[in-house]
Amino acid sequence: MSIFEYNGSALVAMVGKNCFAIASDRRLGVQLQTIATDFQKIYQIHDRLFLGLSGLGTDAQTLYQRLVFRHKLYQLREERDMKPETFASLVSALLYEKRFGPYFCQPVIAGLGDEDKPFICTMDSIGAKELAKDFVVAGTASESLYGACESMFKPDMEPEELFETVSQALLSSVDRDCLSGWGGHVYVVTPTEVKERILKGRMD
Amino acid sequence: MSKLDFDVPAKGGFSFDLCKRNDMLMKKGVQPPSYRKTGTTIVGLIFQDGVILGADTRATEGPIVCDKNCEKIHYMAPNIYCCGAGTAADTEAVTDMVSSQLQLHRYHTGRESRVITALTLLKSHLFNYQGYVQAALVLGGVDVTGPHLHTIYPHGSTDTLPFATMGSGSLAAMAVFESKYHEGLTRDEGIKLVTEAICSGIFNDLGSGSNVDVCVITKGHKEYLRNHLLPNPRSYVSAKGFSFSKKTEVLLTKVTPLKEKVEIIQAGEAMEE
Repeated sequence: MSIFEYNGSALVAMVGKNCFAIASDRRLGVQLQTIATDFQKIYQIHDRLFLGLSGLGTDAQTLYQRLVFRHKLYQLREERDMKPETFASLVSALLYEKRFGPYFCQPVIAGLGDEDKPFICTMDSIGAKELAKDFVVAGTASESLYGACESMFKPDMEPEELFETVSQALLSSVDRDCLSGWGGHVYVVTPTEVKERILKGRMD
Repeated sequence: MSKLDFDVPAKGGFSFDLCKRNDMLMKKGVQPPSYRKTGTTIVGLIFQDGVILGADTRATEGPIVCDKNCEKIHYMAPNIYCCGAGTAADTEAVTDMVSSQLQLHRYHTGRESRVITALTLLKSHLFNYQGYVQAALVLGGVDVTGPHLHTIYPHGSTDTLPFATMGSGSLAAMAVFESKYHEGLTRDEGIKLVTEAICSGIFNDLGSGSNVDVCVITKGHKEYLRNHLLPNPRSYVSAKGFSFSKKTEVLLTKVTPLKEKVEIIQAGEAMEE
């Protein structure tokens, strides 16, 4: 059994026209037993920056707390929010520091950078950044997510269409994965607002 | 106060805090995760005016392609570039670190960096970690002493060669080089040969794929040809795209408007005595 299959997760982030969407499933399990159906995997770092953490739940929460600490220090020193690219480098450095005893987490970072340009990025558990221009996926359902996103993605989608695409990709992929599911949690972020939606999915 | 020191940004280097816990998990039968590798075909050759480096653009995570267009030719100095194969995090981290060290060295000496400096910094770091930092590199550049091309293995050994290949596709690429390389290649011949070698890796090796990146370095000038060749275009995309007939069922919607960014225009007033 792989350590990533202990809790189970599915995360996806997609780029649209001046907006982005980040979505996760809601299950927390201990191997094959489900113990929570409203587990939060996507955290908001600041107004326009979201972080999703897949993999081992305890490492995800610890890593999130460390990152919030570093970001708050940054805000105090620089008197502004961190840019998504900078935050991605911070996460990568924090993960690589533990190269020979890593956190069992795969982060997905999504944010709006300068001039409202959407930025998405994912990393493996030791901080190898993958900057994509279309979509990034992570979690136990990642193989299905790759397939679903590859076929459903279109460049320059408007927020409503982007939401529909991300939701369909997420729900169809978690349906084929035992360890993730129990609904979905989708954030669609545009320069003016953040829309958070909870999806109804199969409860098995 | 000592508890606080623990979390404050460390002085750098690796931290082995979680090793004991991870070891315990492994003994309980939990498999360690697989890291992102850059299966890869990376090549370099010396032509009459300088060095040409080439790389494919596929990054794999086990059998899955996780990045179809990643960058494997890393910047080290304005006149030195390095291609990386092996564990992606290791190649990125080690080339970034040596690139910063070279920049500091440039400030310190006031001179252009030499390829041999980058080579020594890389090999001593890799040897220090006895091969655990899995980065296999092809380092090339042009400095005051001329064009140089080196290969660096994960354990820290190096070779200085007129043409070199590394990665899982290295045998496929080396076959092309061995048959067609000769001294005194022109720029166009060199680029053509490098592209052919990378294509040989892309089509014959499963760990390499997607596009060809080329970097040409000559005295005082460099050209980074990102995606120089795209032999694997996505030609099966349906023009009308995906359309969903049934809308997703939503249980709850929460809209948070983002704060409007306020711009303060100072109306300058002359200071009174």
